[in-house]
Amino acid sequence: MSENKEIEIMQSVYDKNDETASKINGLLTEKGIFAVNVMGAPGAGKTTSLIQIIKRLEGVESYVIEGDIEADFDTKKLLSLGVKAIQINTGGACHLDSPVIGEAIEKLELQKGVLFIENIGNLVCPAEFMIGEHVKMLISTVTEGSDKPYKYPLAFEKADIILINKCDLIPYLDFDEDFFMKGVRALNQTAPVIKVSGKTEDGYDQVAAWIREKINL
Amino acid sequence: MHEYPITQRIIEIAWEYAKENQAEEIKVINLVVGDYCGYVSSSIELYFGLIAEGTPCEHAELHIERVIPKLRCKSCGELFVRKPFHFECPICSGDGEPTQIGQEFFIKSIEI
Repeated sequence: MSENKEIEIMQSVYDKNDETASKINGLLTEKGIFAVNVMGAPGAGKTTSLIQIIKRLEGVESYVIEGDIEADFDTKKLLSLGVKAIQINTGGACHLDSPVIGEAIEKLELQKGVLFIENIGNLVCPAEFMIGEHVKMLISTVTEGSDKPYKYPLAFEKADIILINKCDLIPYLDFDEDFFMKGVRALNQTAPVIKVSGKTEDGYDQVAAWIREKINL
Repeated sequence: MHEYPITQRIIEIAWEYAKENQAEEIKVINLVVGDYCGYVSSSIELYFGLIAEGTPCEHAELHIERVIPKLRCKSCGELFVRKPFHFECPICSGDGEPTQIGQEFFIKSIEI
């Protein structure tokens, strides 16, 4: 048998997803849409936070793509509040990828504004896949504990803005903010970290102001 | 879980290159997988056997070169493997920041 012939390839295997993601990003940018990929664990308060943020973006058209494995509770809640929302059910997949976003965007009939894409509740996989967003928003919570940046570094590294939700519960918990922030800053020196509470509505003015600033860039 | 479609993609890419080089089958696929790339090597290996069946990759060996992630110390520049729950540099105790080392995921070459 003859010797093997080696052919150099050096090609990233992500390319199909990334290619679609950058096409979607271009399309959204052209339409004047600023897209936010919202990531966080199940129960972190992603939808609750979106409602608070959208309330504070008066004058800006807001859209939401809701990603869930199953069910459409969050979409129904958003629609009942008059938010233009669409549901994606992945039927098992642990993150959203660009082809499904491409399809959802066509259905939403977007005009200039902000598109929030609420990813599947998961601190791992959503951080690994671009879906056409301009920024990634990570919602962490004090109830998850202060060790999260150390356990799920990629999500914290990739985030452009980090919200710490449920801060009204701090008096009842052993959340070590210094330890949390030390981990965040080792991974990510630039993302603003904003303390919020979906219950008391504290902190969301600052989040909305950050988004407005980004839109106007 | 998402190793299944990515393994299909690995076979597709490898086969595109093999065809360009007039090969009828692929003997080896050399893949580089960083531990922080989001894909688990053992799952790729598992799916590879299943997906390759009946394709020109059926008899191909999959060689996976794993890359251990490294941080770079912001103070002294040392590249180091982090200990769990720490980002500290083992040399000067400065804070380490993430690098691209460990995020690789690419097909290095094929052998035909």
